[in-house]
Amino acid sequence: MTLTRKPETRPATASWGLAAGGAPWEYAPAPEATDHIRIEPEYGLFIGNRFAPSKPRKTFTVINPATEEPLAKVAHASRADVNRAVTAAREAHRSSWSKLSGRERAKYLYRIARILQERSREFAVVETLNSGKPIKESRDVDVPLAAAHFFYYAGWADKLDYAFPNREPRSLGVAAQIIPWNFPLLMLAWKIAPALAAGNTVVLKPASTTPLTAYLFADVVLQADLPPGVVNIITGPGEIGMELVRHPDVRKVAFTGSTAVGKMIARAVAGTDKKLTLELGGKAANIVFDDAPLDQAIEGIINGIYFNQGEVCCAGSRLFVQESVHEALIDKLKARLGTLRVGDPLDKNTDVGAINSAGQLAKVQELVQSGIDEGAEIFQPDCELPERGFFFRPTLFTGVSQSHRIAQEEIFGPVLSVLTFRTPEEAIEKANNTPYGLSAGVWTEKGSRIFKMIAGMKAGVVWANTFNRFDPTSPFGGYKESGYGREGGIHGLAAYLDVSGDGAHTR
Amino acid sequence: MASRRPTVAARRAPRASVLSPPKQQPLATTNGAKGRTERIEVRKTYKLYIGGAFPRTESGRAYEILDARGRFVANASRGTRKDIRDAVRAARGVQAEWASKTAYNRSQILYRIAELMEGRRDQFVSEVSAAEGTGRARSARLVDAAIDRWVWYAGWADKFPQMVGTVNPVAGSYFNFSVPEPTGVVGIIAPEASSLLGLVSRLAPVVVSGNAAVVIASESRPLPAVTLSEVLATSDVPGGVVNLITGLRRELIGHLAAHMDVNALDAFGAEPGESRALEEVSVENVKRFVRPPRSGLDRYDWLSERAQSPYLIGDFVEIKTVWHPIGA
Repeated sequence: MTLTRKPETRPATASWGLAAGGAPWEYAPAPEATDHIRIEPEYGLFIGNRFAPSKPRKTFTVINPATEEPLAKVAHASRADVNRAVTAAREAHRSSWSKLSGRERAKYLYRIARILQERSREFAVVETLNSGKPIKESRDVDVPLAAAHFFYYAGWADKLDYAFPNREPRSLGVAAQIIPWNFPLLMLAWKIAPALAAGNTVVLKPASTTPLTAYLFADVVLQADLPPGVVNIITGPGEIGMELVRHPDVRKVAFTGSTAVGKMIARAVAGTDKKLTLELGGKAANIVFDDAPLDQAIEGIINGIYFNQGEVCCAGSRLFVQESVHEALIDKLKARLGTLRVGDPLDKNTDVGAINSAGQLAKVQELVQSGIDEGAEIFQPDCELPERGFFFRPTLFTGVSQSHRIAQEEIFGPVLSVLTFRTPEEAIEKANNTPYGLSAGVWTEKGSRIFKMIAGMKAGVVWANTFNRFDPTSPFGGYKESGYGREGGIHGLAAYLDVSGDGAHTR
Repeated sequence: MASRRPTVAARRAPRASVLSPPKQQPLATTNGAKGRTERIEVRKTYKLYIGGAFPRTESGRAYEILDARGRFVANASRGTRKDIRDAVRAARGVQAEWASKTAYNRSQILYRIAELMEGRRDQFVSEVSAAEGTGRARSARLVDAAIDRWVWYAGWADKFPQMVGTVNPVAGSYFNFSVPEPTGVVGIIAPEASSLLGLVSRLAPVVVSGNAAVVIASESRPLPAVTLSEVLATSDVPGGVVNLITGLRRELIGHLAAHMDVNALDAFGAEPGESRALEEVSVENVKRFVRPPRSGLDRYDWLSERAQSPYLIGDFVEIKTVWHPIGA
């Protein structure tokens, strides 16, 4: 990593590399090498350990959102392909996977974890090329966490009886798993690792804009010698996902994505025996009290909303600041925003990469415009954006009221809405004033207040004096319209097992 | 309601007395009248239970309850959508307070329910006999099991969080733990046949963790449930924690499933044929939903150990995970 400081602009004392009115440090380009990776011109569906074109043969093009250039063509699955994939998974469950002891399943999962570690840089680069996320995030967060997830759940495969005392947990069968484009490989790991550990087989449908690391993962499946049909990967638009959800041989549906689609899926499984877990949208409150360590909080706020371009379901998109520190905090926040480096996701110094698609960029732009129209005050740093690609400046709104769309709707972009409060009770009331309940943050040095806030906030994950931390041992999932079921930890196993004892409780 | 009217033969049967046969007692002569006269039983009005009070339904309507042999027993309130809304409001209003009581306190209150049911044991046995057509011995077993079920769940209040709560060893310098919290307001469609034990088996695991409940009682056998609500009202259970609506299920269950301020629906007691529609409307606010057994409840054994489980408590809790850095 090269860091070039220009002596004439180097600040003497300012904390963010900014002299008053000065320019930030300049960085020389530090692009991650791409010569060691190989992206095929075309990817077929991965069914029964074989890549094969869809029937009828049909493809769609996947692009790099940072350049808008095509990366590869991938198969567009048909209804018949869905059926083939589910059948392969069902047969694999019947003939091999469910008969394998937990101890042996575990070894396969450990193998996958190891191979992901071995090929980590390759995965990070492909992830960044396909998703637009900064290489430092795919390299330091997505890929290591994905490997860790397989490693963690590998160890559960032969210990399920200890997780559910008195229950003789049994695998369900075929799990249909539909994942979003914001963390393509990590969401794959969150879905596949516990499913396989519990003895299920899977048909996974990655998001149509980000299938490449999933197909790269198929190669890991081959390297690990998994029995054919245990992991199947199909690509296509949302309708193909719905076909998968509706397939009668599917016994479990796991979905991560928008609340609107989650509701469609929940309706589709109504009246069936299919188990369902949903990890849906969020509009997290990040609450800063006047006694919080402000510089530390600033980093948490930045990480909370600009991590992964804000394309994070648990992003801290509503910032609640106690009135007495509002001004000081906003000044610091604006200064810090000015140091964020927006641009080439492959550059190791990039903080904010490309928005994943033109459609998502348009949605962000539309909601930001609504914020302006509804009277909130916008701030954006004066940074240059690349000429091509789907980029958006990190954005801050002050003067936001609870009723503004930017305070109510999930933007899924690098846009922070700032509101204020006076008392802890008011903060809790405002934080909970949303149909969502995925995550929340609180910043204060007072321990008893932290616990009061934790208890009061209806959210599945609460970060206190930190934000956006993830770990395979740590359950993740929402309250209210952010979904149900948990991923991660011992709690994440329940979603993939029949623990009813008598089959009475099927969801 | 014409279809629900008892047969003519049933109507000619004695109108009182199914629950507690009046005793012939000599009375003092009054106003110079001579002889012995029968004491007229003081009957109970069966009402709804909302927010700790016993209102009649806002509809002002009632429907006839017959015993297992088709004889008239009482008029029950024919609750409405408005009653459900009132009940949900009452439940929402008190849920946080109920959840914030210490687990020890909630445990004692559930145990108190058992104590007071024990005191009314004979009444419950009579009502269950009349409703379910079971003999006294069988009815007594069902009532005893219902009482014991409260005791069993009372014990879980301060143990369940230790069973499902975890400290998570994350790979970093953070303290991380997960705890169960009540889901909020839970709708319960009580089993139609098992008038008391079935209801208690579904209600106790919902409220023990701190949820508030809105129950739609058995349509044809609601009276033991109403009597249970009278026990609840005097058991230190805060008003609104349990709300009980009687009436025609088809007029009620859809509204409960669709209510936007109900967080979860226990449809275990619903008919399998009703389940899909209930599940579909419950999606609107992403309700947690417990389905009925596919084969129905006809052969479900409410007396079995399987009918009580900490996993049932788990169906109506959320897992909250907390991170905090470790540092000086």
